[in-house]
Amino acid sequence: MLSIKNLHASIEGTPILRGINLEVKAGEVHAIMGPNGSGKSTLASVLAGREEYEVTEGEVTFKGKDLLDLAPEDRAREGVFLAFQYPVEIPGVSSTNFLRTAVNQVREYRGLEPLDAVKFLSLMKEKMKLVEIDQKLLSRALNEGFSGGEKKRNEIFQMAMLEPTLSILDETDSGLDIDALKVVSNGVNQLKSADNATIVVTHYQRLLDYIVPDYVHVLYKGRIVKSGTKELALELEEKGYDWIKEEIDSAATV
Amino acid sequence: MSKDNEILEEFTSKEYEHGWSVNYEADEAAVGLNEDIIKWISAKKEEPSWLLEWRLKAFRTWQEMAEPDWANVTYPKIDFDKLRYYSAPKQSNKPKNLNEVDPELLAIYERLGISLNEQKRLQGIAVDAVLDSVSVATTFKGTLSKLGIIFCSFSEAVKEHPELVKKYLGSVVPMTDNYYAALNSAVFSDGSFCYIPKGVRCPMELSTYFRINAANTGQFERTLIVAEEESYVSYLEGCTAPQRDENQLHAAVVEIYAAAHAEVKYSTVQNWFPGDKNGKGGIYNFVTKRGICAGDHSKISWTQVETGSAVTWKYPSCILKGDYSIGEFYSVAVTNNYQQADTGTKMIHIGKNTKSRIVSKGISAGKSQNSYRGQVQVMKRADNARNFSQCDSLLMGDRCGAHTFPYIDINNPSAKVEHEATTSKIGEDQIFYCNQRGIATEDAVALIVNGYAKEVLNQLPMEFAVEAQKLLALTLEGSVG
Ligand SMILES: Nc1ncnc2c1ncn2[C@@H]1O[C@H](COP(=O)(O)OP(=O)(O)OP(=O)(O)O)[C@@H](O)[C@H]1O
Ligand SMILES: [Mg+2]
Repeated sequence: MLSIKNLHASIEGTPILRGINLEVKAGEVHAIMGPNGSGKSTLASVLAGREEYEVTEGEVTFKGKDLLDLAPEDRAREGVFLAFQYPVEIPGVSSTNFLRTAVNQVREYRGLEPLDAVKFLSLMKEKMKLVEIDQKLLSRALNEGFSGGEKKRNEIFQMAMLEPTLSILDETDSGLDIDALKVVSNGVNQLKSADNATIVVTHYQRLLDYIVPDYVHVLYKGRIVKSGTKELALELEEKGYDWIKEEIDSAATV
Repeated sequence: MSKDNEILEEFTSKEYEHGWSVNYEADEAAVGLNEDIIKWISAKKEEPSWLLEWRLKAFRTWQEMAEPDWANVTYPKIDFDKLRYYSAPKQSNKPKNLNEVDPELLAIYERLGISLNEQKRLQGIAVDAVLDSVSVATTFKGTLSKLGIIFCSFSEAVKEHPELVKKYLGSVVPMTDNYYAALNSAVFSDGSFCYIPKGVRCPMELSTYFRINAANTGQFERTLIVAEEESYVSYLEGCTAPQRDENQLHAAVVEIYAAAHAEVKYSTVQNWFPGDKNGKGGIYNFVTKRGICAGDHSKISWTQVETGSAVTWKYPSCILKGDYSIGEFYSVAVTNNYQQADTGTKMIHIGKNTKSRIVSKGISAGKSQNSYRGQVQVMKRADNARNFSQCDSLLMGDRCGAHTFPYIDINNPSAKVEHEATTSKIGEDQIFYCNQRGIATEDAVALIVNGYAKEVLNQLPMEFAVEAQKLLALTLEGSVG
């Protein structure tokens, strides 16, 4: 579904991603871990099409299409969804209005009729249950004054509404309380199918107890330096990153 | 050029959609301004002599006055002798009702989306349609007159209700008030007149739709709204003009009088031709609007959505004379390309326990300049006066300007005046967030801008609000992409 080959990207001339390789197949869950500043959010942003990042080398195909060639909104319409690490606030725009615009533009791209108000609202009701989000939150301006956890929950609610094929969750667990983490993870698991895939970026093993990954990758200095199964996450939880850093850094100085 | 600018560039390049004009035979005054022209206009309108005298007095005062230069706008000096002050479509005999109005003129309004056909109108809105210097039709007069409401063109009011016109004309905006008000008093041609008798709630929205068609002609309309005790009216004003290379002058005066417990809501969606992308042409919109809350517990509320005009100079104001009276000003002003707007309000607290609220939302794009200028004045005897002002500016791109000029003058220690101001940029991260959900950039900007202006748009009557939202999006279309 997603194939990343030797991806290099920089921002304002500073290289951040230095040769990422990753294959994600339908039905899989990949976890990406790694120390702060290693480039996890950058990778997510580049895949979503954020303009500030310049791709200097490499290629990315998504469902056989050249992903890097598509405008950000078309990537979304093709089924790429990014749950942001820091969701932005849009004052005065209700979540409902925002999502209705989004859902209908995505549908239009896929050649589907727009949903009328009644159908849209019933879809919303259904998806609200999935992440147990409060109606009151959705009638407020999008993310405005939302607590950290509310923002994260709202991201997953939007994911449920848009039914993406590839979801990238960037530290969705940070900011969620223990109960919310269960609810949100449960929502993500229910959305999983044989046809879609998920990339979860996280610092904590805890999330991976709920959303169980097929593969775990460690990103360090803009490269995937180690890949393994969910046991790797447990090892990292126990030992931290130092041993990996040492391995890589000493190799680099030789 | 950064990506941001590129985006803005594209979004601001949308064309004005009401730029067409039609040819019709016109009845015109000669070009230029002098006492003979004023006499000619007055004679044309078969006015009583007191009104001619009033005009001439205004003209003489105007001649002594200097064009104001304190506003944050620049434009070449207007040569008032090169303008035409009256132009009206020729109509063989005066139409007595809508059926007699020249279908060609009605067609102009149809094309603007304003149906003057009463049967066709779904919504309860009565319209006075003003084309260049005259009112061509007023709808629903019959329905309204059953309630004692007078809604007609200004010219007709002068003929049918001279005592009312004489009593209120110039009572809120004196002819000597300012340069453009004096000019308007001298040469005004038509406009709307509205009178709501005591205790009557006007059952439909009243509206005037102004259209400038003729070239090289100034439009000087005059609107007078009188709301007697315990009455209520909601009034709407819309305007468009053809796309022409030269600038055209629009200098209107609106006066509102509210007696005790009366409430007047005045909403404007101003969409005069703003000039082209390079700043060529466009309307100079120099307007004086003022209301007086004359009686206790009266309320006047101005709501404006300003998207058009090359230069706007406009400060809808409230004189809060009655105790417990309330003045409100809600404004969204959008400037794009080379537009300049200097707009705001004055709230003058005279009565005790008077309250005012100002919400101004400026949006600047392109190379435009957008200024808020507001004055809050609390007089000596205005015990417990309250004002709250919120002035927000939203910038799109880095070549436009937003400015705020608040003036506060307090002469009573019990006054409470609050002023809040913010300036923000439409964020690339906000746009990206929308994009990431599948929303195209233009729609993202429309969403964000409408969200920003929501508090003001919410003040508009329903069908106007939808119109205004579309207009905001349209005005900014091409400025982000
Ligand atoms: N405009 C910029 N100029 C230079 N460096 C930048 C710029 N923006 C981001 N970076 C750097 O890019 C690196 C990668 O950032 P990124 O947000 O991808 O890290 P991350 O792995 O998501 O970290 P975290 O775990 O803290 O979320 C960081 O060192 C960051 O400081
Ligand atoms: Mg990050």
